[in-house]
Amino acid sequence: MALEKVELEHVPPTYQVYAAFFRNVSNAEFLHAQLLSRNSEFEYAFIDASSVISRLHLLSAVYSAVNVLLDGALRTPNVHSEIVVTIFNTANILQIADAYRRWGITPGKTKDLVVVKVVQPPSGPQDETQTQIHAQNAIWDHLRQNVQGTPAALTDAELSQVTDWPKVRKYYRLNGVPALDRLTDEKERWKQSESLAIMGMALRGL
Amino acid sequence: MAADAQFPPPKVLTYPASAPPSLITQGAEGRVYKTTHLLPDRPSALKYRPPKPYRHPILDARLTKARISSEAKVLERCWREGVPVPPVYAMDPAAGWMMMEWIEGIPVRVGINEWLGERPEDGEEPAEAAEEAPLIDLMKRIGTAVGALHRTGVVHGDLTTSNMMLRQRKEDQVNGGTGAESKAKAVAGDVVIIDFGLATQSMADEDRAVDLYVLERAFASTHPRAERLFATVLESYKHTFKKAPSVLIKLEDVRLRGRKRSMLG
Ligand SMILES: Nc1ncnc2c1ncn2[C@@H]1O[C@H](COP(=O)(O)OP(=O)(O)OP(=O)(O)O)[C@@H](O)[C@H]1O
Repeated sequence: MALEKVELEHVPPTYQVYAAFFRNVSNAEFLHAQLLSRNSEFEYAFIDASSVISRLHLLSAVYSAVNVLLDGALRTPNVHSEIVVTIFNTANILQIADAYRRWGITPGKTKDLVVVKVVQPPSGPQDETQTQIHAQNAIWDHLRQNVQGTPAALTDAELSQVTDWPKVRKYYRLNGVPALDRLTDEKERWKQSESLAIMGMALRGL
Repeated sequence: MAADAQFPPPKVLTYPASAPPSLITQGAEGRVYKTTHLLPDRPSALKYRPPKPYRHPILDARLTKARISSEAKVLERCWREGVPVPPVYAMDPAAGWMMMEWIEGIPVRVGINEWLGERPEDGEEPAEAAEEAPLIDLMKRIGTAVGALHRTGVVHGDLTTSNMMLRQRKEDQVNGGTGAESKAKAVAGDVVIIDFGLATQSMADEDRAVDLYVLERAFASTHPRAERLFATVLESYKHTFKKAPSVLIKLEDVRLRGRKRSMLG
């Protein structure tokens, strides 16, 4: 199964994080429509993989959103939109409200898609069945039925094939950065860009 | 246990991780824990400013948030400009914490003292220049790091050899070697500046000179036997940015004022 259970430090065990990666997705329109109509079966963070630098970059965004959730300080409707907004690194209050629907997945443009699902502890007895549905198998079945694309491993090697660097550089203000410009080694520059993006997400809004 | 009860850790550290956090320092203003960020093999330093019970809660929350935010902003700015500082990993200013890269290594203070060894202060001939090369090289690296910091328009506010770490280089991690080699390892590594809790933005010669003066005084009292080597720090600082020479001229004024004050006091 290509749905990965992601273990993160400092996340309570009652919260489970799952993630998957699809290449060559052909039905971005459909997925986008589900988000627009707030279809409750589609409680996922859909992230255009071209804006992801690395696994660590992605996980930082996920952790940051979960932390905000644990603090009870969400700025967006739910933890999934919070993840998308974190990745897109916007501090603009006006943009935050619907950024995740506009940016997470773009009809006609998104080809490669990262999907993250955070399963939260049931808040009452009526949620018991919900938890069942959200078991790993059920999530994967649902994704496989609804995302038309090729499952891929969520690794740096795979992710780096689709990173849109001009876009990422713009979002994370990576242009004209002395710490990056003086590096000649490609791998080192990639690593440092990742650090700067993670730092940018952490400091967003300050 | 008692300490834990007295000072509960931040909520974030009560959630499970692969290893329990360890308390590294407990200062007047805050604490530093060693913990992990995202993954078990990604060690991080978590800086936490606990609530102050004696302050009004709303004021306290605002001050804490402002301090954590300001320190993180300085770190980002320095990092972007290529000043050797730990990158920020994650933060929650409202909760009073910030995580950054864990610098694997020892404080410069410890490295220098290890180098100097346990020899008595007096009755020792100054070492041969060649023998001292690794220590002198460290002095140069300190000067370069502080120069890089000042060049970006940041003054640290509390420069000491405790607020600089020696980040171990991979090739130095192996143990053993001859006596001289292992001694040299004590002062090897990249100088990384930490603790920007008192940092401010300034391009003024005066502020930069005071920063250097604070370091000079701290150096003299922490490492009296290496005091004469401080000139090497300043010499390498001098070449790091255009206005550095005029900062050094200003430093002479600052020293003079410092001396007068101590004579009066
Ligand atoms: N990024 C780091 N990597 C490794 N160790 C660190 C890091 N940051 C801090 N430390 C350790 O924690 C100690 C205290 O850190 P720091 O000076 O930033 O905290 P502080 O609360 O401001 O301390 P002080 O009260 O002395 O100003 C350092 O001397 C160092 O030993």
